[in-house]
Amino acid sequence: MVEDLRMTYGDKRAVDGLSLTVALGSVTAVLGPNGAGKTTVLETCEGYRRPQAGRVRVLGLDPQRQRRDLLPRIGVMLQDGGAWSGVRAVEMLRHIAVMHAHPLPVPMLVERLGLESCGRTPYRRLSGGQQQRLALAMAVVGRPELVFVDEPTAGMDPQARRDTWDLLDELRADGVSIVLTTHYMDEAERLADQVHVIDQGRLIASGSPSDLTRGGGTSTIRLVVTEPFPPSAPASLQATLGDGTVVRAVTEHSLLITGPADASTLAKVSAWCDEQGVLPESLTLGQRTLEDVFLAITGRELAA
Amino acid sequence: MTCPTTPARRGAFSPRPGAAPLPRMVLAQARMETRLLLRNGEQLVLAVVVPLIVLVGGITAARHVGLTFSHSPVDTLTPGVLALAVLSTSFTSLAIATGFERRYGVLKRLGSSPLPRSGLLAGKVGALLVVEVLQFVVIGAVAGLLGWSPAVSAPGLLGVLACVLVGTAAFASLGLLVAGALRAEATLAAANLIYLLLLAGGAVVFPTDSYGPAGRALALLPSGALGSGMRTALLTGGFAVGPLLVLAAWTVLGTLLTVRTFRWE
Repeated sequence: MVEDLRMTYGDKRAVDGLSLTVALGSVTAVLGPNGAGKTTVLETCEGYRRPQAGRVRVLGLDPQRQRRDLLPRIGVMLQDGGAWSGVRAVEMLRHIAVMHAHPLPVPMLVERLGLESCGRTPYRRLSGGQQQRLALAMAVVGRPELVFVDEPTAGMDPQARRDTWDLLDELRADGVSIVLTTHYMDEAERLADQVHVIDQGRLIASGSPSDLTRGGGTSTIRLVVTEPFPPSAPASLQATLGDGTVVRAVTEHSLLITGPADASTLAKVSAWCDEQGVLPESLTLGQRTLEDVFLAITGRELAA
Repeated sequence: MTCPTTPARRGAFSPRPGAAPLPRMVLAQARMETRLLLRNGEQLVLAVVVPLIVLVGGITAARHVGLTFSHSPVDTLTPGVLALAVLSTSFTSLAIATGFERRYGVLKRLGSSPLPRSGLLAGKVGALLVVEVLQFVVIGAVAGLLGWSPAVSAPGLLGVLACVLVGTAAFASLGLLVAGALRAEATLAAANLIYLLLLAGGAVVFPTDSYGPAGRALALLPSGALGSGMRTALLTGGFAVGPLLVLAAWTVLGTLLTVRTFRWE
């Protein structure tokens, strides 16, 4: 769908030769830290931005030249804004619904997204989470084939988040394709069939959440200590554990060890702590998460 | 705020995309914009209260200062006050509303809906015309109470209609030019300032000949042209072609510049 897209703003390369394809009928997450270029990619697919180089096709259409044919078939959830400040929540949703030939029943969507109690509230007085739910409702009300959602649950409370996820699950079950951007690992793992990890405008990994977390590793041990490590610590622990494990410094207080999390590795880690005179604050075993994958590829945390 | 949610039946969301027919979209947009214009208190002050103050104030001042017009003060001033109403709605209100639509991402949001840009523009113009009709009713009623007796003739009524339509087009193109180039706050300030300047010195309310030698130049302003077109129509029952040509020229200029400079975000 996106082929060798390049976008430069000033001297900043927002998107640098990115190519990715989205399978219809699936949920695709574009995952990356803030500023990775996620929104730029999405807005190019939505026809808001013209590709400076490369080729973008959405449902086989050119989002620039065939915009009028494409728009009725897609739903767009913007990251913020998108309504008059004095418009009432339901009034706004109804307005977008009228633009479509076969819209969803507005009361059903209002109920599903828990917007009944704020139906007559002017947009400017909605909470951030309510504004986001309204934005999602506006994206899906036209019964699109493909929905683009930009950071759908950023800043939502847990209940609103679950409601949003449930709705996205149902859309998928009913055959709607979904492309979402997120910087939440758990969101991508929970929702996506396919994850594209992007960083600094480049695609750095693609696959299903389980492929990505299984690939290259077995399990992880995260060691957090009370005092900062000396700079030599990762190398020294790596030498202690030998081949078959990878040690990376996450912060100056924590190390991530990828490899077999068996009794022998744990014994070696605790012996190393004793020898170095460091006091472990926590030692956590776990499956690799997308968070770890991102860290392993870029050497950086995917901090929100 | 948590509410129990019932799962929708299976298939409730299955895709069935399609744009609504264009007339339905345009009508919906016009109705929405009209409602929002009327809901906004400041805009109503600008649309109705200020023109009425100008009308009543102008008549009172004419009496005290002893300004003499060829017709009675209310007959002379009312056509210009109606022109001022068109100016306030199609220029100032439109510019401010559109400036904030840009700021709040409304234009962006509508840009991804099936409503085409031409439909958005048609909706906006529709809303302006509805608000102008309401303004004319209110101002006309107050002027009537003050003894206004306009010349009623077919060419005159045609002249009013033409002036309102072409005047709205001219001022709307200029309003969109401001709204599409400046930030929302700057648009708010500029649109109000230009309104005040044109009210004071733009030959809208007072005939161009009351400005002395500057009158000729003022007749080339959209405000002067709209004012004198309305006066010709309602004072003498005539159809003035010159002012309409001036307004049409401003429409072309405003539209060309807006198309080149308008930024949607």
